[in-house]
Amino acid sequence: MKYLDEFGDPDLARGLLDDIARTVTQPWSIMEVCGGQTHTIIRNGIDQLLPEEVTLIHGPGCPVCVTPLETIDRALAIASRPEVIFCSFGDMLRVPGSRDDLFRVKAGGGDVRIVYSPLDAVNLARDNPDKQVVFFAIGFETTAPANAMTVQVARRQGLVNFSLLVSHVLVPPAVRALMEAPERRVQGFLAAGHVCTVMGLDDYGPLVERYRVPIVVTGFEPLDVLEGFRRVLVQLEEGRAELENAYPRAVSAEGNPEARRVVAEVFEVCDRQWRGIGPIPGSGWRLSAAYADFDAERRFDVGGIVTEESTRCRSGEVLQGLITPPQCEAFGTECTPRTPLGAPMVSSEGACAAYHRFRRLDEPAVAGG
Amino acid sequence: MTTSPLEPENWSCPLPLRDHPTIVMGHGGGGRLSAELVEHLFLPAFGGAGTVLAQLGDAAVVQAGGARLAFSTDSFVVRPRFFPGGNLGDLAVNGTVNDVAMTGATPLFLSAGFVLEEGLPIDELGLIAGSMGAAARRAGVEVVTGDTKVVDSGHGDGAYVTTAGVGLLAPGVELGPHRVRPGDVVLVSGPVGLHGIAVLSVREGFEFGADVCSDTAPLNGLVAALLAAGVDVHMLRDPTRGGVAATLNEISATSRTGVEIDERAVPVPDVVAAACGLLGLDPLEVANEGRLVAFVARDDADRALEVLRADPLGAGATMIGQVVDTHPGVVVARTGIGGTRVIDLPLSEQLPRIC
Repeated sequence: MKYLDEFGDPDLARGLLDDIARTVTQPWSIMEVCGGQTHTIIRNGIDQLLPEEVTLIHGPGCPVCVTPLETIDRALAIASRPEVIFCSFGDMLRVPGSRDDLFRVKAGGGDVRIVYSPLDAVNLARDNPDKQVVFFAIGFETTAPANAMTVQVARRQGLVNFSLLVSHVLVPPAVRALMEAPERRVQGFLAAGHVCTVMGLDDYGPLVERYRVPIVVTGFEPLDVLEGFRRVLVQLEEGRAELENAYPRAVSAEGNPEARRVVAEVFEVCDRQWRGIGPIPGSGWRLSAAYADFDAERRFDVGGIVTEESTRCRSGEVLQGLITPPQCEAFGTECTPRTPLGAPMVSSEGACAAYHRFRRLDEPAVAGG
Repeated sequence: MTTSPLEPENWSCPLPLRDHPTIVMGHGGGGRLSAELVEHLFLPAFGGAGTVLAQLGDAAVVQAGGARLAFSTDSFVVRPRFFPGGNLGDLAVNGTVNDVAMTGATPLFLSAGFVLEEGLPIDELGLIAGSMGAAARRAGVEVVTGDTKVVDSGHGDGAYVTTAGVGLLAPGVELGPHRVRPGDVVLVSGPVGLHGIAVLSVREGFEFGADVCSDTAPLNGLVAALLAAGVDVHMLRDPTRGGVAATLNEISATSRTGVEIDERAVPVPDVVAAACGLLGLDPLEVANEGRLVAFVARDDADRALEVLRADPLGAGATMIGQVVDTHPGVVVARTGIGGTRVIDLPLSEQLPRIC
């Protein structure tokens, strides 16, 4: 297909892989920040095709995975209320909370709906004036503009029965946290192309300067990812640390000004807890004071939640790139996509699910998931 | 008579089901959860190992009065009831015709059971029944018995249809996983993923930049042509829910062989690829209602393709892979850029209520 097949062309891929093999002379550790890139890498077997000197560290860029347990539990509590229609992207439905997930809330009578566009949730609110419609607004900078737009539309339409449960997270503070971590291992980053499509490149220059680390803004098709790796490796081998844009067909330096304007109006920066990782200062967005009346956390009294994380799940270490999923004892045994202990086993962008789905023949067979 | 509540402790192998004390949508999705429900709840209830049911095929093959019959049933709950390329009615006929045909049998007779919700427009039921009649005539089968029940408004979703089908197996025709062996080639009769994407497009109001129509069609003609041509067919299956991925996994598991496919050889229409790309679906896991996957002796591969392509329903037939002895029970895809990945059994239907 035009503009899709071309970015999976086997001959061009072979050429890039040959280039990479010629470039690399010593071991390097590279992190792809975004779960979408992790998915591409594992789905296409790119990890098997790179030189063995290159260690891939999968990043925390799966919004489903890092949504804090407390927020999931809050979502479950809200979704269980009889007056609520709870709308979510499909991935979130199987994410385990402390005791339940949204699928089970649905099976127990909760009105939980999968929507493909957040605006569908606004339409539901308009069509069901006697119900409270709540949209679970998660994601990185990529999904934030559309989510922000929903409250603007809802306000314009005078809808008083629509609210957002917000758990937005931001990439640059996470990169900073990874570089400040004591067990810092990442020597170069593939930055998430679609985040930059919205936000532009402003935030990344200072990170490159401060930590002397190459950052290459990268797309999501196989050739995009290979080109991202190639550029990071060339920089590393040449001792350079620069910001490069390897995804110019989607990313401009200033991003999408209109989307940034909407986001800046609706959201404000806050500290955010990342599941499995911990608190990262200034790493989230919440509704700004002007839109606080659309905040589901204020609308519904769901305080006093006591969370209970699985003690067997090592997703925190996976999300920080300290271990790969198969190194977790529960991987493929206790923890499978059918019985996930942690969120990374759920989302298609989660590293554990990617490894489980596209597991390798040379890995020990995993128990049926 | 007293009934006791269902006690999980009484189940023969209850562990997998305990994770879900209530039915969730995935139990009807044709993936792993469905398989567990059948294996751990229904099969023990109906006699367990050693029964015909324990073969767990889409259709059973039974002996009766000297004849070998193929017998199958299927319920249809698709939402919406009308979609591009078909509707609940022709889907219900084609689905059961195909399940019977995949055994190699000639489908002959169908039953039709209707569960209708109070308030369903008679006109709509007329359209559905008309489509069933037309589909039956096209497939050369006869609807010979039926039943109608009506439930209160709010206690159903318009109309559900259950069909059962009986077919006759010619002497010597014996297809199944026990005949699959390393070296066999794997063929698919045409482009994959159209039904699932067609239903999704109308259900969610997506525009994918091109018309996409369900492939729903009776496949008994294709099967008959393959057998009449003397092609050494070892196994047939229509990749409905769970798509080609689920079908290959089931055959790989039951035949204890490995399956290796070339991902780039799988015919994925542009519109399916685009929709899957947008929605994060895998075309291999999207449902088909008018395709078959054939495991055929390697020497007969070309002839099988020729026979399939001679019929408009098989015009896009192509070889996608082969059976190997190196990784029994595992389906592996060679990816476009030369890596490999394991194709797993989908956990549950990506898109519920598509058939």
